Amino acid sequence: MGPEDSGMIDLNTTFLVVVIALALCIILALIRVLLGPTAPDRAVGVDTINTMVIVGMVAFGAAYQEVIYIDVAIVYALLSFISTLFIAKYLEGGEF
Amino acid sequence: MILDILIYIFIGIGIFFNALAGIGLLRFPDVYTRLHAGTKCTTFGSIFLIGSVVLIGLNMWWQKDANGSVLSIHSTIALIAILLTNPVGAHAIARAAHHSGIQPVGAVIDELATKPVKKTKTKTDQESRGD
Repeated sequence: MGPEDSGMIDLNTTFLVVVIALALCIILALIRVLLGPTAPDRAVGVDTINTMVIVGMVAFGAAYQEVIYIDVAIVYALLSFISTLFIAKYLEGGEF
Repeated sequence: MILDILIYIFIGIGIFFNALAGIGLLRFPDVYTRLHAGTKCTTFGSIFLIGSVVLIGLNMWWQKDANGSVLSIHSTIALIAILLTNPVGAHAIARAAHHSGIQPVGAVIDELATKPVKKTKTKTDQESRGD
């Protein structure tokens, strides 16, 4: 059951190129995390990196025809949302 | 054939908007404008990238491959998770940035700060009555 039986697109090559392009975008966001003057700047960079990592996991799942990677992406999306809310609550200085 | 071209167009749009998000994070001068770039562009780009995966799964399902339906359904669930959680997280970060005292670049008036919170409201009411 290789990628040959699913149409004309070579899924492996195509989505690995997508993952490499997403990795370059993640490097751009990581520069902002390292440079960021204030703490909310870094939080914005981490939030963007989280979204790109979710999309990269879905692209990995399409490249290798493995659904378990996409399940990991769903769990990662929910956990990153909760962590973003906690970081925002901490920056705001409120009580939990 | 048309489906392949559609999938490549979706992938191109998604990569383009994700690259715009990275460039916008680097180039914008402010927390709020960076948030604008980093949230909206990644949400729009991930819609199209995961949409291409959904199209591939539907194509595999159409060709009697049972793995394709699971692929497209789980990708749709991941997309729904992104669409629900990304704006809420961005709003929380913006609110936290405003509460920690960061002003936008070139801001003249802060209308959210002049809006009466409970403590300052009673104080300003008493001052206006005293005047």
